[in-house]
Amino acid sequence: MVATTETFTATARRSAFPKVRARHVVMVAYLLFMLIPIYWLTKMSLQTNQEILGGFTLWPQNPTLDNYRVILTDPSWYMGYVNSITYVVMNTVLSLAVALPAAYAFSRYRFLGDKHLFFWLLTNRMAPPAVFALPFFQLYSSVGLFDTHIAVALAHTLFNVPLAVWILEGFMRGVPKEIDETAYIDGYSFPRFFIKIFMPLIASGIGVAAFFCFMFSWVELLLSRTLTAVNAQPIASIMTRTVSASGLDWGVLCAAGVLTIVPGALVIYFVRNYIAKGFALGRV
Amino acid sequence: MDKVQNNKAWFLVLPVLVLVAFSAVIPLMTVVNYSVQDTFGNNVFFWEGLGWFEQVLTDSRVHGALGRQLAFSGIILAIQIPLGIAIAVCMPKKGFWASVCLVLMALPLLIPWNVVGTIWQIMGRGDIGLVGYSLSALGIDWNYARDPLHAWITVIVMDVWHWTSLVALLAYAGLQSIPQAYYQAAKIDQASRWSVFRYIELPKMQGVLLIAILLRFMDSFMIYTEPFVVTGGGPGSATSFLSIDLVKMALGQFDLGPAAAFSLMYFLVILLVSWVFYTVMTNLDKAEGR
Repeated sequence: MVATTETFTATARRSAFPKVRARHVVMVAYLLFMLIPIYWLTKMSLQTNQEILGGFTLWPQNPTLDNYRVILTDPSWYMGYVNSITYVVMNTVLSLAVALPAAYAFSRYRFLGDKHLFFWLLTNRMAPPAVFALPFFQLYSSVGLFDTHIAVALAHTLFNVPLAVWILEGFMRGVPKEIDETAYIDGYSFPRFFIKIFMPLIASGIGVAAFFCFMFSWVELLLSRTLTAVNAQPIASIMTRTVSASGLDWGVLCAAGVLTIVPGALVIYFVRNYIAKGFALGRV
Repeated sequence: MDKVQNNKAWFLVLPVLVLVAFSAVIPLMTVVNYSVQDTFGNNVFFWEGLGWFEQVLTDSRVHGALGRQLAFSGIILAIQIPLGIAIAVCMPKKGFWASVCLVLMALPLLIPWNVVGTIWQIMGRGDIGLVGYSLSALGIDWNYARDPLHAWITVIVMDVWHWTSLVALLAYAGLQSIPQAYYQAAKIDQASRWSVFRYIELPKMQGVLLIAILLRFMDSFMIYTEPFVVTGGGPGSATSFLSIDLVKMALGQFDLGPAAAFSLMYFLVILLVSWVFYTVMTNLDKAEGR
C-alpha cells in the first residue's frame, strides 16, 4: 500500500511539472490573442491620424488624448452615446418590468399553454434581426415612432424580454416556495410580498438580468441603425457611417470604439461568474 | 419544485404577451402578408400566391448565400468548440488567476459588434494593422478587400476571437460542477490525463456543450454586423451570408415580396433549431432534477 502511494506521488510529481507548463502556455497564448486586438485599438486611439498613417509603430510615439477630446466636445459624436444610453436604459427598465411577474408565474405555477409560451419566447431570442428589420421599419414609421428612442427600446425587447424572463426564472426557482406561503399566511398581499420580500431575495438575479439586457441592447447594430436617422442615432451607427463617408480619421474612430467598451469593462468583474449563465439563458 | 396548477397566472404573463405581440407578432404578420402579394407601388397590392417562394427557392443568389452561410457556421463550430474545450481544461480552477482569466476572456463578448468589426478591419490592413502588416512583412500580399480567401480568413479569425470565450466559459462552468470525488477515484485508478478527460470531463460537459453548439450555430447563422463592417459582404459577394443578403434585398433594393418569402423560410429554419434547443434544455433540467 505504502509502495503504491509512493509510486503514485512520484509519477504525479514527474508528470505534473511539464503538464502545468503546457497549460500555462496555452492560457497565456489565448489571453494574448484576446488582448492584442484591444491593445491595438487603444494604441491607435492615443495617436494622431498623421502618426497612424505616417509609419508602423508598436506603441504610440507621442501619446495624445486629442481624439477623446474631439468625441467629448463634438455633439455629433457624444450625442451618439447619449442616444445609445437613453434607449438602452429604457429597454432595460421595460424588459425587467414586464419580465419580473412573468418569470414568477413560470417559476411557481403551471397554467394553460405555459410550455408553448415559454418556447415561443425562446424563438424570439433566436430570431435573426435581419428578418425583423424591414417590418420594424414600416411598423414604427406608420405609427410615427421612427427615429425616436422608444422605437429602438421597443424593438430590442424582441430579444431582451425573453432573455430576462429566462434568466429571472432560473434565479426564482432557487427560492423555496415556503417563503411565499409563509408571507401569504402572514397577511401579505401579492404586490407587497413581491416588492418587499421576494425582490430583495433575488436581487442578484435582477442585477444579472439587467446587466444582460443592457449589454445585448448596447451591442446591437442592425435594428438600432434601421430605426434611427438623426435624432436618436446610436454611437454604433455613427461609427459605421463615418467609415463609409468622408476621409477616415482612424484615431477618432478608435477612441469612439474604446469608449463603447468602457461600460462593459467597468462591470465585468462583478458579473464574471454569471457570464456563462447569461449567455445560456440562465441554464448553466 | 412541484408547481401549482393555476390559470390565473396568465395575468402575470399578460404584460410580456402584449409587449412581445407588438414587437414580434405584428411585424411577422406583415412579412407573411408581403410574401404572398405583389405591388406596383402606391400601396396597391394584389395576390401573388406562392410565386415569391418559388422564385427564392430557385434563386442562385440565395443558394449561394445559404451555401456560404452553412460553410461559415460549420467552420466556426469546428474551430470554436474544440478550442473552447481546450481553453476550459487549461484554465485555473479557482483563486485569483481564475478571476483574471474569466474577466479577460469575457472582454470580447461585451464589445459592441460593430466595434469588433472595426477592430479586425484595422488589424487586417496592410498599412496600419498588426496582422496585415506582419503578413505583408513576411512577403504575403495580404488584402482582405480584394482576395476572397483573405476575407474569409479575416472573418473567421474575427469570429473565433469574438466568441470562443463563450464556449470556453460554458465548458468551464460544466467542469466546475464535477465533484472532486470523481478526480480522486481517477487518481486511485491511476487514470491518464487523457482518460480523465475522455471518461469523466467530456461526459459531464455533454449538457453545456450541447447548449454551446446550439448557441454558436444560431448566432453564427444570423451573423450580420461584424462581416458587414469588415468586408461589407465582399469582395463581390464572397462573404455575403444570409442576413447580409436579406438586408440588401429588403432595405437596399426594397424587393418586398422575395425578401418576405426569404425571411419566412429563414425564420422556419431558426424555429426548427430553437425547438431542438428547447428540447435539449428541458431534458437537461429534468436530468438535473429541477
